[in-house]
Amino acid sequence: MTQTKPNWAAIDTDPRFQALHAKKTRFLWGLMIFSVIYYFLLPVGAAYYQDLFKMKVWGPVNVGILFALSEFVVAWSVAGIYAKRANREFDAMAAEIVRNAHNIK
Amino acid sequence: MNLKLIGGAAAMALASMTAFAGEGAVAEEYKWLTFAVFGAIIAVTMYITWWAAKRVHSTTEFYAAGRSVTGIQNGWAIAGDYLSAASFLGIAGLISLYGYDGFMYSVGWLVAYITVLLVIAEPCRNIGKYTLGDVLAFRNDPKKAKTIAAVSTITVSIFYLTAQMVGGGILVKTLIGIDYEVSVIAVGILMLAYVVFGGMVATTWVQIVKAALLVTASILLVVFTWAPYGFSLPAFLTAVVGDADVQKQVAKLLGDAATNMTPEELGQRFLEPGLFLKSPIDQISLGMALVFGTAGMPHILMRFFTVPTAQEARKSVIWAMAIIGGFYVLTLFLGMGAAMNVGAANITAVDKGGNMAGPLLAQYLGGGADSMLGNFFLAFVAAVAFATIVAVVAGLVLASASAMAHDLYVGVVKGDHATPQEQVTAARIASVIVGIIAIVIGIMAKGQNVAHLVAMAFAVAASSNLPAVFLTLYWRRCNTNGVVWGMLVGATTAIALVMVSPNMTYPQAVIKDAKAVLEGTPAKDAVEAKASEGFICELFTVCQKAEPAKPAIAAKPGAMEKLAKLNEKMASLTDPAELEKAKSDAAKLEKDIKKAEGDLKKFEGQTTSMVGLEKPFFLLKNPGLISIPLGFLVVVLLSLFTRDRRSEEMWDELYVRQNTGIHAEGVVAH
Repeated sequence: MTQTKPNWAAIDTDPRFQALHAKKTRFLWGLMIFSVIYYFLLPVGAAYYQDLFKMKVWGPVNVGILFALSEFVVAWSVAGIYAKRANREFDAMAAEIVRNAHNIK
Repeated sequence: MNLKLIGGAAAMALASMTAFAGEGAVAEEYKWLTFAVFGAIIAVTMYITWWAAKRVHSTTEFYAAGRSVTGIQNGWAIAGDYLSAASFLGIAGLISLYGYDGFMYSVGWLVAYITVLLVIAEPCRNIGKYTLGDVLAFRNDPKKAKTIAAVSTITVSIFYLTAQMVGGGILVKTLIGIDYEVSVIAVGILMLAYVVFGGMVATTWVQIVKAALLVTASILLVVFTWAPYGFSLPAFLTAVVGDADVQKQVAKLLGDAATNMTPEELGQRFLEPGLFLKSPIDQISLGMALVFGTAGMPHILMRFFTVPTAQEARKSVIWAMAIIGGFYVLTLFLGMGAAMNVGAANITAVDKGGNMAGPLLAQYLGGGADSMLGNFFLAFVAAVAFATIVAVVAGLVLASASAMAHDLYVGVVKGDHATPQEQVTAARIASVIVGIIAIVIGIMAKGQNVAHLVAMAFAVAASSNLPAVFLTLYWRRCNTNGVVWGMLVGATTAIALVMVSPNMTYPQAVIKDAKAVLEGTPAKDAVEAKASEGFICELFTVCQKAEPAKPAIAAKPGAMEKLAKLNEKMASLTDPAELEKAKSDAAKLEKDIKKAEGDLKKFEGQTTSMVGLEKPFFLLKNPGLISIPLGFLVVVLLSLFTRDRRSEEMWDELYVRQNTGIHAEGVVAH
């Protein structure tokens, strides 16, 4: 592979790259903060909201067990949502920049 | 020649194991079965190594499997790397002994992968080559960055590796009675064969095979456990709640608080929080170490350099999350099933920490300790556990060998001027060095308390590697000084706090416990609740922390006294059933006495822990709560107050490349 160096600074300030950066940053921070908060609700709930966690809802199955199981569903959903958005949108935006990398001066 | 060497290593490992088999959970007449299963699994991994050895010639093939691993394959390999003996046997064990809390504990191990997916996997794949050092050296001073990254990688790997080696040695001894030293050496030889001959190619495929075996075994066990209840969650849990063994275990855990509870209430309590994890602050601290530490684990990071593109890296995390998460959901059934079918008393009789819950459940489901099928199941699970340890250790050894050979030797010593042949040779020599260190440390750590080492590995990764990688990737102002000092301060704080934490052994407490077992405890008056004097008091023993009220406790007789009484009673017993029970009770008491006396002897005259403390100074088991923010803070402050031209100049290139994958390291054509 012979490669001439693209002008990195120019790409960085290119509106298409800036658009990708802005979209990704907002989306990733949002998902990350949501995931962390949702995860820490579990130990906090188990420690300080025991009455809620002990409430039986489905035979012996209580809120605590359902909440712990929901952690798995939420983690998988976050991963799914990210992958879908990245596959559909971010990859295409990045590919567009890569195609034009040598023309951005 | 390679083939002979590989075969020799396998034969040596198996032969040494067969020769030294003593007493264990597997009955004598079924030992051959265990070795047959062990032999089969070792043979498969050795075939993989032989096949891989023919394909590993270049550095990229050795460290990164030629970057030709697919996303799905890598997902399975990550799961294989991550589901160590601690999570595979440990979590099922915790659930079997403590119910809900054990399950809650498993959640953080999965959520950790969200950080890996969202912020680490793809950018690292886009700008990195083989190691953590490569990522940090991209815009920071290469020699400094590679040195500190290598030191951190080797530190984290050695902590984690020692815990695996010791855990594995004990596990194999408990299961089939092989001597501790022999099993550590067997693990070492096998792991060295995979890494030295087959590099990343063999390591990856061993991990894939192991993950597949582990998942298959777990699914089978869960099907057998759950099928009698028509695969209904409430029906299964109703049986758990109504089980006498479970109720007995809860009553034992609650102690005096259980006296006024009905059996139903006791059973239900097993599904409620608070039987094991009592300090929410500690849990949040552990959660932080997991959620930020996994993404900083060098052997996990290294896996993303084996796939061809960032898209495949993404796909591999998705697959890993599906497998790891699915596995932890299965452990809920394994743990609860073991609690009900095997019983906590029988589980702790074999291993106090509950690690044998899974294997014992397998034995029960196959038909019990006297049946052929039961022992075949047990042998299978034991072999999978053994494969688990070997595979995880192989991944760790490869990570530290790459730090030693690629970062330190090629990067720092040779200034990146080494021929491809030199690089591969350096990698193999480094693997042998790390492997031998692992075996020696494993043997030296026999009988040591290693529980703190896993906490330490995750805490160091979270407080040192993650802040450095994260800020290098995403923060324009980050620079070499910030990274170097942040990693140093983060890692030392994490290690120092663990050294003064309750994880260490404090002789005075051990002696007190042993005396309480032998001589009993006197009656105690009720104690009123104490209010906390501030948040800092919950972390360090400098002031009064919050303590709940304690009811008055009646005096309890010691084991000596109980045994004397039991012996007296036995003389007058005539009913054979009663006599049998009294005999087994007496045997248990004698075992307790022996252990307590052993502890007294071991710690006689000692008053302080390894670092000279009589009791813990830091009150949390995990230091993450303090060391992670500190690691970030130091990187940020030093970066703000110092300048580094290279870090600034390279930012545009790094940021564009990590987002687009332009000039990312490509696949190596064969």
